[in-house]
This record gives sequence, C-alpha cells and structure tokens, in this order.
Amino acid sequence: MQGIEVLFMGNNMLRLLSGLWVTIRISLISIGFSLILGTLLGAVMTSKNPVVKAVCRVYLEIVRIMPQLVWLFVVFFGVTKLTGLNLGGETSAVIVFTIWGAAEMGDLVRGAFLAIPRHQFESSLSLGLSKTQMYVFIIFPQAIRGLIPNVINLSTRMIKTTALVSLIGVTEVLKVGKQIIDANRFEYPNAAIWVYAAIFFMYFLICFPLSMASRALTKKQQGGE
Amino acid sequence: MSEHIIDINNLVKHFGDNAVIDGISLSVSKGEVVVLIGPSGCGKSTLLRCLNGLEPIQGGTVTLHGEPVIHGDKSLYKVRQKIGMVFQSYDLFPHLTVLKNIMLSPIKVQKRDKAEVEAKARELLERVGLSDKADSYPSELSGGQKQRVAICRSLIMDPEIMLLDEITAALDPEMVHEVLNVVLDLAKNGTTMMIVTHEMAFAEAVADRVIFMDGGVIVEEGAPSEFFRNPKTERAQRFLKTFTYTK
Repeated sequence: MQGIEVLFMGNNMLRLLSGLWVTIRISLISIGFSLILGTLLGAVMTSKNPVVKAVCRVYLEIVRIMPQLVWLFVVFFGVTKLTGLNLGGETSAVIVFTIWGAAEMGDLVRGAFLAIPRHQFESSLSLGLSKTQMYVFIIFPQAIRGLIPNVINLSTRMIKTTALVSLIGVTEVLKVGKQIIDANRFEYPNAAIWVYAAIFFMYFLICFPLSMASRALTKKQQGGE
Repeated sequence: MSEHIIDINNLVKHFGDNAVIDGISLSVSKGEVVVLIGPSGCGKSTLLRCLNGLEPIQGGTVTLHGEPVIHGDKSLYKVRQKIGMVFQSYDLFPHLTVLKNIMLSPIKVQKRDKAEVEAKARELLERVGLSDKADSYPSELSGGQKQRVAICRSLIMDPEIMLLDEITAALDPEMVHEVLNVVLDLAKNGTTMMIVTHEMAFAEAVADRVIFMDGGVIVEEGAPSEFFRNPKTERAQRFLKTFTYTK
C-alpha cells in the first residue's frame, strides 16, 4: 500500500477534486453549447438543398478527420498568432469541444430525423395536424427518444477527451495528478499508481452513471415502450 | 342521385415522365363504398393519396363537397379533417398509447372537449373489440390490432369519407379477417369509403361499386356482382383470372 498516503497528504485530494471540477466545467459548457448548436445544425443538415448539404458534410468531415489535439493547438496558438487575441486555455478548450460536439451532435440529430418513417409524417398530415403540430407532437418526441442514448454516449466521449486540454496548459484533473506524482517522485516512487487509480475512479464516477442511463434508455426503447 | 362527397375530374398525376394517373374522372356519393382494384402499380394507391393532397397533381381537379383539394395549400388542413385515411403500413404513433393515438387530433386539431373525445375513443375501441388495449403501446399490439386502432383514429374525426389503402396487405392471413370485419361493419352503417384492396372476396362483399384500374385509367366499373361474375373487358378478365388458382 506504499504510496497511497500521498493522496491524502496536504491538500492533494482537494487539488485533485478542483482539477476534476475544471474537467467537469469544460465538459458541461461544451456539451451545453453542442446540444444547442448541434440541434440547429442537425435541422439544417436535413435540408434538401445540395449546397447546404455539402457545406455541412464538409464541416463534419473536417472536424472528424482532424484529431482534437490538433484542433486545440490550432485554436489556442493559431488564433493568437493570427489575430493577436489571447484566448485562455479553457476558452480555447470550450471552443474546440463545441466545434467538435456540435458537428457530432448535428449528425446524430440528422440521423434521428431520417430514422423516422415517412408514413409517420403522412399519417400526421392526414389527420389534419398542421406542420408545427406534427413536429411538436409526433416527430420531435420520437426523434428525442432515439437521440438520448447517443447524446449520452457522445457526452461521455467528450468528458474523457477533455484530458487533452492539459497540453494547452489547462490544469485539469489529469494535470493535477501529474503534478502530485512529480512532486513526490523521490519520496514515494509508487504514488503514481494510486494517483492514477484515484483519477480513474473519478472519471468512472462521472461516466459510469451516464453509460448506465444510456443503456437503460436503449433497452427501454427496444422494448418499444 | 344522392349528394357527391368527392368529385374527381380528369385527374392527371406524373412521377417524372411516367403518367401514373392519366385522366381519371369519378364521383363518390354519400354512403357509397367504392372499391378500387387492379394490378400493382396501376395507380390506385396514388389516386387515394391525391384525394387528400399528399401528392401534387399535374392536371384536373379533386373536390370534397365542392371544396378544391390542393396540394400544399393552407386549406388542406381543413379538408383533411374530413377525410380519414388508413395506410398499408402500421402507422400508429409509437410513443403514444392507443387511447392517446386516437385522441390526439380531435383534441389538437378540432379543439374538441377532452372528456367527450375520450368517451368517444373508448366507444370506438369497444366497437372494434379492443377496449382492453386502450393503455397499451402500439408495439404491444398485433398488426391486425394496430390497423383496427388506426381505423378508430380516423373515425373519431367524423370524416365524411374514409380512404383505405391496402390496409390488410401487410397483415398475416389470420389477422386479415378481423380488420375486414370492422370495415364491413362500417359499410353497413353507411360510412362513405374508397378502398384499395387485393382481397377479391372482401371487395365483392363490401363494394357498392367496383372500379378496375390499369395503366392509370379506369378500364371498367360496375356493380360487384356484375364485375366479378361477368367482367366485360379482356384486361379485367385476365386480372381476375390471376386470383383463381388453376393447374
């Protein structure tokens, strides 16, 4: 058990938790923006206009092809270099994760709408519903039911990927962990395993309930209800 | 002749260069049951879809009680409340219970009183033998049960005419009967209907008038007894022959 005491020395645990808060903060803000912008993007992506479709497609593919780390560097260093504007690490992180999240979310929303059979639209209209009523009462509820598990999955992916922001100088939970390990390298050479275990546990505590919720919802849907 | 519910005048409908409906004129009177039959792709389903404005048309007119039915026009919302349509695919709303499926449009579209609508919905479910399914979700029903609910969902709007588009085509044979019985019952009670079907025995039983379509035009029409026993045109004869199995 040698090294575990490092976790509880001084204010180490508090530091880890405040690092975790940075992780959660970046994730939550990015997920929030992604939800809003992604829904709009998804609605635009269902457009039949070929130009609109192509532009959306290109955006989505570029965001997907480039690793998130490259995006972080491009925004954090590139924007400053080009405009002289000094974006903070956290702001850059939120921008990058929103660009990414909105693209993925847009694709999910698009898919959710296309998955609704044509006759759901037709029978709504045949019953005399207006277009607005059709979307509010019939189409959106079904699309959202299909979306929730996927949105949760995307959120857990985003939370885990925020670990990259330490590379642009943001001190999130993983970075704090590294600092603690480095500070105790000689006195407690085995501290690393315990610090990483603690971080693992923290990520697990955030992501596992989300995964469970997603699975429960998927199951519920396959039950049809 | 009693009053006309629907008048179709020289209707033309193209898909691309293909004329699916090539000049059809036809009227349906109040209380009349018209059955449309014909080979696949002859335009009978498309004809029904044109009647409530689901398809744009390229020529001719459709009127309901003298009111024109125009695809994409605002007036359609009014017109469609008077036209009940049931499709081949089970088209219930999967996220709503049976009762809510039926109650949605009378409440939201016709702004009727909720208590009155619920009483009416339960009465309709009883009539089609599904009163115990009111709180079930569509996924818990068989195909035949779903179609019976779909019929109730249209009926509750008090439509002037019901359009039934091959409503038994996707059903297992043992479920066809229960659905057709409901339709037969409607016919007896004087519901005006246009029915597209491949069930010839049913067509003969339910129809006041049979219309045989092929290639986008009406080839022959007449009373069912006349048409099924003694088809005049060669095309109708050939078509009816495909339904009798001979070695």
